[in-house]
Amino acid sequence: MSAYRYDYEVITQWIEPGEKVLDLGCGDGSLLGHLMKVRQVQGYGVENDPDKLVSSIRSGINVIQMDMEKGLTGIENGFFDHVIMSLSLQAMHNTQGILAEMLRVGREAVVSFPNFGYWRHRQSILNGRMPVSESLPHQWYNTPNVRFFTIADFDALCDMNGIAVRERLAFDEGKLVLEEPNFLASVAVYRLGRNG
Amino acid sequence: MIQPQSVGTVAPQRARFTEPLPLRSGGTLNDYELVYETYGTLNAARSNAVLVCHALSGSHHVAGTYAGQPGSTGWWDNLVGPGKPLDTRKFFVIGVNNLGSCYGSSGPNTINPATGKLWGADFPFVTVEDWVHSQARLADLLGIERLAAVIGGSLGGMQALSWTLQYPERVGNAAVIASAPKLTAQNIAFNEVARQAILTDPDFHGGHYYEHGIVPERGLRLARMIGHITYLSDDAMAEKFGRSLRHGKAVYSYDVEFEIESYLRYQGEKFAGFFDANTYLLTTKALDYFDPAFEHGGNLNAALARATADFLVVSFSTDWRFAPERSREIVYALLHNRRNVSYAEIDSVAGHDSFLLDDARYHALLGAWFDRLEV
Repeated sequence: MSAYRYDYEVITQWIEPGEKVLDLGCGDGSLLGHLMKVRQVQGYGVENDPDKLVSSIRSGINVIQMDMEKGLTGIENGFFDHVIMSLSLQAMHNTQGILAEMLRVGREAVVSFPNFGYWRHRQSILNGRMPVSESLPHQWYNTPNVRFFTIADFDALCDMNGIAVRERLAFDEGKLVLEEPNFLASVAVYRLGRNG
Repeated sequence: MIQPQSVGTVAPQRARFTEPLPLRSGGTLNDYELVYETYGTLNAARSNAVLVCHALSGSHHVAGTYAGQPGSTGWWDNLVGPGKPLDTRKFFVIGVNNLGSCYGSSGPNTINPATGKLWGADFPFVTVEDWVHSQARLADLLGIERLAAVIGGSLGGMQALSWTLQYPERVGNAAVIASAPKLTAQNIAFNEVARQAILTDPDFHGGHYYEHGIVPERGLRLARMIGHITYLSDDAMAEKFGRSLRHGKAVYSYDVEFEIESYLRYQGEKFAGFFDANTYLLTTKALDYFDPAFEHGGNLNAALARATADFLVVSFSTDWRFAPERSREIVYALLHNRRNVSYAEIDSVAGHDSFLLDDARYHALLGAWFDRLEV
């Protein structure tokens, strides 16, 4: 995961010390471990992969096994300050459902995802092959990703669902992209809230 | 890493308590004994003790074997030992037999010191809270102020949970496995059928069958059969027995025809040969009564506010007697109280019995959890 530390750094900046944080798809718990160390958050992870669950427990992270496709039932409204989903949204079927759930149980949601509109990915498609890159490391036949969308697509979805984009940072393999992110950025990190 | 080993030959110990134990049912036990076993070594700081709480038919004999009895392996031997998930090189593990049991601690089949006769049906109702109270006294006796962890499955998980509520300052960590914050009506219903099987057995004699030199075997057999059905999953039964016929075809008889009938009769028979009917009655009632939220108007969030331990809650996908939903209730109530809690739902075909098996993922999880505990 070290290739994606910039994603962690942005997320960390958005978290205040002592917050209650939920990390969806927490993997081995490295992001939560980082936030516990530098932000003293009270962190909980959600993970459905048995092996990753064991890794999280081994690193002393609170981790709750749950199938996020079915929502976050059982977690109270507004319980968390931030609900994070780092580079996992594209692997979820129920995209709209989980976004709604994140903003139900959290004051704000933080979402990062690979941008399928990245110019290298477009180039790859133009050359007739599905993109494989640092942000999309899998082959088409073994990718866990099920939703293929761009920054522009995500902006449109937020707009349609009344989700406020409070902040958005885009990166090209770790470097901040300020212009034409939908073309030049490989990964986007969003800070989302509820409208109104 | 070493190859997992047995704790080897073990021997039970016995402790007598003469300070009266007040019981939730109203009475007191003025003079009682607890039988227990320990594995591993208590460290100098007395900070590495782990209490293993047993379920309905379990005992203090958690791990190892008794000298000269090669078949006497403890009921959770696959979990406890050098190199096993609950590693006795790190932890001092205690197994204790609960009051009311039939395996040596004071119970219906032991002598009432006040009368010099067997307690029988006069043994008082004991609850999960009473057991935990008595276990805490055993910890006192062993010089253990604070347990590194309490672990238990099913009814044992209820005791682990109750420890964190009755003695929050005395428990660092709690593993609540295949358990529930209270039984559902359906679950109590199964217990009631089992109890009625015993209570209506003509050999029961109001619980004083010892004096008649007889035991209500038919009742116990039926109780165990009904229990066994609920401990297994539909899938596990289908896989193990299906509709296999002993004679290959129907012979139109009430003797064993389907293999599942043979299995249930065997399990019932075996159980009735060693288990005590009064203990079965008392223990199922303890299960039914457990409901820490009751005193808080049914609010589990409020009930668990007292707990300060770090929790591991584990359920099994095919366990319908103590379903994953029940475990999640505990998890969400702990989350509400901002407690440290992890939850795993293990994929398993074996139903409620899964918690006793050595499924690789389940044991990897418990191993990781115990590894991380600081003692």
